[in-house]
Amino acid sequence: MVVRVKVNGEWREAEVWAGTSLLSLLRDALNLYGSKNACEQGECGSCSVWLDGALVCSCLVLAAQAHERDVRTVEGLRDDGRLHPVQEAFVEAGAVQCGFCTPGFVVAVADLLQRDPDPSPATVREALSGNLCRCTGYQKILDAVSLAAARLRTQA
Amino acid sequence: MDVLLPGSLDEALTMKAERPEAIPLAGGTDVMVDMNFGRLRPPAIIDVSRLGELTSHTEDNGKIYLGSGVTYATIVREMAAFKPLVQASRSVGSPQIRNRGTVGGNLGTASPAGDALPVLAAYDAEVVLRSQARGERSLPWQTFLMGPKKTAIAPDELIVGTSWRRVRGPGSFSKIGTRNAMVIAVAGLCLVVDEERRRVRVALGSVGPVIIRASEAEEKVSSALATAGCWDDPTKPMADQSIDEFAELVAAAARPLDDVRGTAAYRRHGCKVLARRAITWALSERRMPSWL
Repeated sequence: MVVRVKVNGEWREAEVWAGTSLLSLLRDALNLYGSKNACEQGECGSCSVWLDGALVCSCLVLAAQAHERDVRTVEGLRDDGRLHPVQEAFVEAGAVQCGFCTPGFVVAVADLLQRDPDPSPATVREALSGNLCRCTGYQKILDAVSLAAARLRTQA
Repeated sequence: MDVLLPGSLDEALTMKAERPEAIPLAGGTDVMVDMNFGRLRPPAIIDVSRLGELTSHTEDNGKIYLGSGVTYATIVREMAAFKPLVQASRSVGSPQIRNRGTVGGNLGTASPAGDALPVLAAYDAEVVLRSQARGERSLPWQTFLMGPKKTAIAPDELIVGTSWRRVRGPGSFSKIGTRNAMVIAVAGLCLVVDEERRRVRVALGSVGPVIIRASEAEEKVSSALATAGCWDDPTKPMADQSIDEFAELVAAAARPLDDVRGTAAYRRHGCKVLARRAITWALSERRMPSWL
């Protein structure tokens, strides 16, 4: 079937098998490799994207469910060639080791900070409970969230 | 495989009548996992995630109606008056999962580990089904949930919602798992106190083939509260012995199995712990009623 999705502000179309997930549509048909394919069961958060503004696991969305709807991926965070403040904070805080989980975390953190610019530590942990990292031990990621939050607040 | 994309509930019911083998897909947190792992290849999928008719929740004269397409995130945001339901919803998966998962999905999947199900059981909820040919019908939750992953839905029907009478009184949902997030419950318990009928209701999840109401425990603790004069005066203490007996009877009502997530013995013990906590919370809340 033909699926038409607005991805990062641009309408894209692809012919896919009816059972294809949104994640597979993004990666295999639209060559957007930022969203990572890991658990395929909604456990790890590596494939996190926004669907009509809501943070979702793209592996659990059927591509057809995103037909004629708005999707924003980690690639859409870049602004005019510049990294998003959350991405900058991840680099500076050393919140990246192997990097596989990073796009999912970046999207989840950006989602949190646009709703809550000054989240409590407990709020951050709850907001990131659906994203798994097997390298960093999470502390550097939490540091990156504080750094990004502080910067975004001064920008605002 | 075909994907059907109805634009309205009427259209969805027409499609379901024509293609009764079509599997309804809402948040995808169950169906898509099976699809991704190749365990499920239905001849057709019907996308119910964009049917606006399923996403409302209303209260009319003490009767609550919750559309099957309402997500757990929406419940947490908008239904604060229903504390046990909010607690159960907040314990589902992660933010990503709660943004997609729906109560209708818990009902349709009919896993005894569905977190919303013990709450609906404790509320004595009905499941509202609709077909094009026969219109709407409501089934009590225990009639609808027939067994593990087995429901009384007809092939041409869709789950459109669930409804219950508002219960005046404290209540809670709690569950046991290895983390505070992304956990399929090893045991789950919902307790609600119905102040008007002077009755405590307790439902258990993940500790049997279906959701279980601990009827004997309900009976005993409700009359223990009466004997102690607690219904009329919540400040009156209830005997420790009555709380012990309640916890034991709740645990005895469980019908747990050993599986990868826990042993039957651990689950039964968990029920006892959850029951004791839930009744203690409820009694202290009755003394300082935040539910008024």
